[in-house]
Amino acid sequence: MKILKTLRLLGLVVFIASILVFIATLFIGGYALTEKTIETVFSSKTDYVTTTLKEVAQEKEILNKEIDNVFVFTNEIESLLESYNTKVTAAIAKEKGLSEEEINQIFKQSIQGDAVVYSKEILQNVFPNDAAKVKLLDEATNWMYVGTKKYEKPADFKNDFTSKISDINRNNAQEYLLYPNKYTKFDLVKASIVGALQENNTLYLFLTFGLGIIGSLMFILTGLFLEPIPGIKNNGIYLSEATNRGWVALFVFTFLVSFYILLYFYPFYIVNWTRIVDPLKGIFIKGASASQWFLYGILYCVSMIVMGVRMFIKYRHNTYQIVRTASVLFFQIIFAFLLVEILPLFDLPGVDLKNAWPLDYNFVTDWNVKKHLEAGHLGKFMLVWGVVLSLIVVPVMVYLYGKRWYCSWVCGCGGLAETLGDPYRQLSDKRLIAWKIERWTIYPILIFAIIMTVVVGYNTYNIVYNPSNVGDSTLFGINAYKINEIYGFLIGSIFAGVIGTGFYPILGNRSWCRFGCPLAAYMGIIQRFKSRFRITTNGGQCISCGNCSTYCEQGIDVRAYAQKGENIVRASCVGCGVCAAVCPRGVLKLENSSEKGRINPNEILLGNDLDLMDLVNQK
Amino acid sequence: MEHIVIIGNGISGVTLARHIRKNSDKRITIISEESEYFFSRTALMYVYMGHMKFEHTQPYEANFWKKNRIELLFKKVVQVLPEENSLRLDDNTHFKYDRLVIATGSKPNKFGWPGQDATGVLGLYHKQDLEKLESLSVDATSAVIVGGGLIGIELAEMLVTRKIPVTFLVRESQFWGSVLPEGEAKLIGKHIKEHHIDLRLATNLKEIVVDETGRAKAVITEVGEEIPCNIVGLTVGVSPNIDFLKDSGIATNKGVLVNRYLETNYSNVYAIGDCAEQSEAIGYRRPVEAVWYTGRMMGEVLAQTICGNKMRYNPGHWFNSAKFLDIEYQTYGWVWAKPKEYEQHLYWEHPSGKKAVRIAYHKETHAFLGINTFGIRMRHEFFDAILTAQKSVTYVIENLKQANFDPEFYKHYEKDIALQFKNDLSNLKAIS
Repeated sequence: MKILKTLRLLGLVVFIASILVFIATLFIGGYALTEKTIETVFSSKTDYVTTTLKEVAQEKEILNKEIDNVFVFTNEIESLLESYNTKVTAAIAKEKGLSEEEINQIFKQSIQGDAVVYSKEILQNVFPNDAAKVKLLDEATNWMYVGTKKYEKPADFKNDFTSKISDINRNNAQEYLLYPNKYTKFDLVKASIVGALQENNTLYLFLTFGLGIIGSLMFILTGLFLEPIPGIKNNGIYLSEATNRGWVALFVFTFLVSFYILLYFYPFYIVNWTRIVDPLKGIFIKGASASQWFLYGILYCVSMIVMGVRMFIKYRHNTYQIVRTASVLFFQIIFAFLLVEILPLFDLPGVDLKNAWPLDYNFVTDWNVKKHLEAGHLGKFMLVWGVVLSLIVVPVMVYLYGKRWYCSWVCGCGGLAETLGDPYRQLSDKRLIAWKIERWTIYPILIFAIIMTVVVGYNTYNIVYNPSNVGDSTLFGINAYKINEIYGFLIGSIFAGVIGTGFYPILGNRSWCRFGCPLAAYMGIIQRFKSRFRITTNGGQCISCGNCSTYCEQGIDVRAYAQKGENIVRASCVGCGVCAAVCPRGVLKLENSSEKGRINPNEILLGNDLDLMDLVNQK
Repeated sequence: MEHIVIIGNGISGVTLARHIRKNSDKRITIISEESEYFFSRTALMYVYMGHMKFEHTQPYEANFWKKNRIELLFKKVVQVLPEENSLRLDDNTHFKYDRLVIATGSKPNKFGWPGQDATGVLGLYHKQDLEKLESLSVDATSAVIVGGGLIGIELAEMLVTRKIPVTFLVRESQFWGSVLPEGEAKLIGKHIKEHHIDLRLATNLKEIVVDETGRAKAVITEVGEEIPCNIVGLTVGVSPNIDFLKDSGIATNKGVLVNRYLETNYSNVYAIGDCAEQSEAIGYRRPVEAVWYTGRMMGEVLAQTICGNKMRYNPGHWFNSAKFLDIEYQTYGWVWAKPKEYEQHLYWEHPSGKKAVRIAYHKETHAFLGINTFGIRMRHEFFDAILTAQKSVTYVIENLKQANFDPEFYKHYEKDIALQFKNDLSNLKAIS
């Protein structure tokens, strides 16, 4: 007993140590931009780009200069890219577009006094030996002289002309520009890592992930012997700083929220973490560099496996929980992680085949569709599968088994919530007002997702089948890329990630699934109105204790139904089965059965006078 | 508008109020000295164990009462004046009613043991008991629980979760021997010991030893053994909480005496729940039934009577449930600890010692009489219908699978049970 307790404590210490090392790795080693880094990162660009970039780096004196601080280094990279872009734009304008001098020449010939006499002849006069340039300019500006077009003031002409020319210059420079966006910055910063992490990343892999897994498993597995009798053991949950919004919870909350913000918006600050998992990425593609998404995938899988082990132990008396946990682990590891890494090795799109629209909000984007179409028959099949999954498999399965088949058996978000998030399930808000808010958020998000899909899908259709109709990619005045970006930012990143997971220790483990997920909304409507699934209550056995409501991660007031002998038929129920597990009187059971009598408003429970029951329940 | 006043906001009083509101527009007031809002008494243990916060034990949100126009009065009734249709409250004000319902529940029993009023000695019934236990736990060294019933085992479980060593004194030779037949009682007894609770069967309390500060420091058993402890749980049953009715003129015995319409000797005064005593017992039921379910049922029926549809209290087939640490228990129909002369039992126990089923049937008619189930959940509806239809024991054995209410993917034992019971049945036939 003593040894077990010591081991458990040691496990906790090792785990915390691994977290501290993990955080510390962000600040070790340094970064140096070399010619080689530039060549590797921009290997797909022309020599012109890499050479110019190297020149600019040389001029700015950051080539081969080692910088310890990732923030300083990222700033340097940003300013490097800006200088490069300025330089390239100017150079390209001179070479392929119109330089300042050439513009002035055209103005000189086109403006006579107050009159504008711009025409193709003028262009031919200015560029007698450059037919290509004449053609380019003529095509771009002939609307300024054809037909009845007449400029009253030379200033108007000048404005129109210069703005058109700068468009042309920008377009010309386009393929050489290097936008200082998060992807480019991430690639550059990551490739520039030098020092301890670069040389010794397997050691750090062990010190962070290795120790983290060992420590947490020590902590979890010793629990098996310290609580040797199987059964519901929720002792002390509301007395603990970790699970009752105490200081431990606040710490975890801060860590998770910071992690998601860095992951989604500032991945270049966490290149060191991605460096740590490079050896794992190398398993799939030799020498490949891990992206922040690969890091996230590894963290996701590791968290789910370790906390899945905890679930297996906690619910070892409950086969439903065991099977369900095994299922979410399977779908996460195989579908969401391994297949996503393996499919590209066969030139197929690396997508999560179980991720159904509208949870997968990028399904109809042009890049996703093109990626599939370009991958041969199998790629096309995968695209068809996505449609079949969302429009046929999802509703049919929800009809047969309720939305639980997805939410708590298959889904990645659900999988994390049911493993890593299990200790926080009791924190969901049970008040009536929360139910109201839920309906005012989740359904509008579903509508938002549908509108976005229509707009983006229309654009994609045009791009693929009807390029002449693409125009400015708008439908109903909404720009496809803009709406996709807004949705991705607000719903995909902020809601699903930062709030959905980051707020586990505050709002409970299913706030995304309950308030945000459009797929959950879609399935919820089917579950409520056309499904065989319900939670049945056992006659008159309810004692209104409230364990079911307390541990409902979706904030359903299960007791309100159970104490009236009413079946629980609710759109938001994800069928995790924990209400039935924690019930001390064997009152609740998740069942699929005939739709008849599924919804049974009830006032009096079984056990009383039969005449009274008939009278009050009006059966 | 008629004013219905209910004393007590437990399950019976609140059920009554809700059903009156559904059927009428009468003014309803619930008076309670225990808590501002209704909470589930059975869930108090989970608050101590940290499974829940107190607010989770409240089935209705605060605005429910306002919305349903149920007035709540957080005061103590000190006297009932049935001749004047009024109550006297602890602030000495008077409160008028047109009809009064007494639903004051129970209080823990004490049998005059020396030291029973010392600090550190408590029952477990009221919200205040929980608060007391919480403060006693701060410097608890060890605890002794006296009385082997449902509340005793709950209290033991609670203390164990706070790592307070528990000695559990039970008067009978088996745990809850007055209700559980030997097989089940032994099974639970083993499970209690498995949880490191020191279960002492056939052991009686003689006195509680009190230290100089007035706090209990030990108990002495009837055989003279002294067991040190600074918490003593007295869980030797409960009795109706009706002291305030003394000299009121309302007829009482152990509880408030009521007829089948739940009326007292005053036609506009009723009693329901734990505190009501049936003048004549109903079937095998005891005149006073301190059970959650019966309290609720009385509330449901009385609401009809009060709303003008006069109705007898006519409870259906007996059922009950409990949880002993990790083992759930349900019972439907009557299974007696000492079988009645017409009664025959079949008993199956899983080798793990964590699951058991006992079926009682009539020796002559072979009619199914009742079932005890441990560690396997069974359907109330199934057995209620079987009992009404007076199906045979063989029918039940053959259809036991329909009764199963365990979660999906659980292992089923109906085949094992049926195999053994059929065997037992033919052996019994061979003997007779």
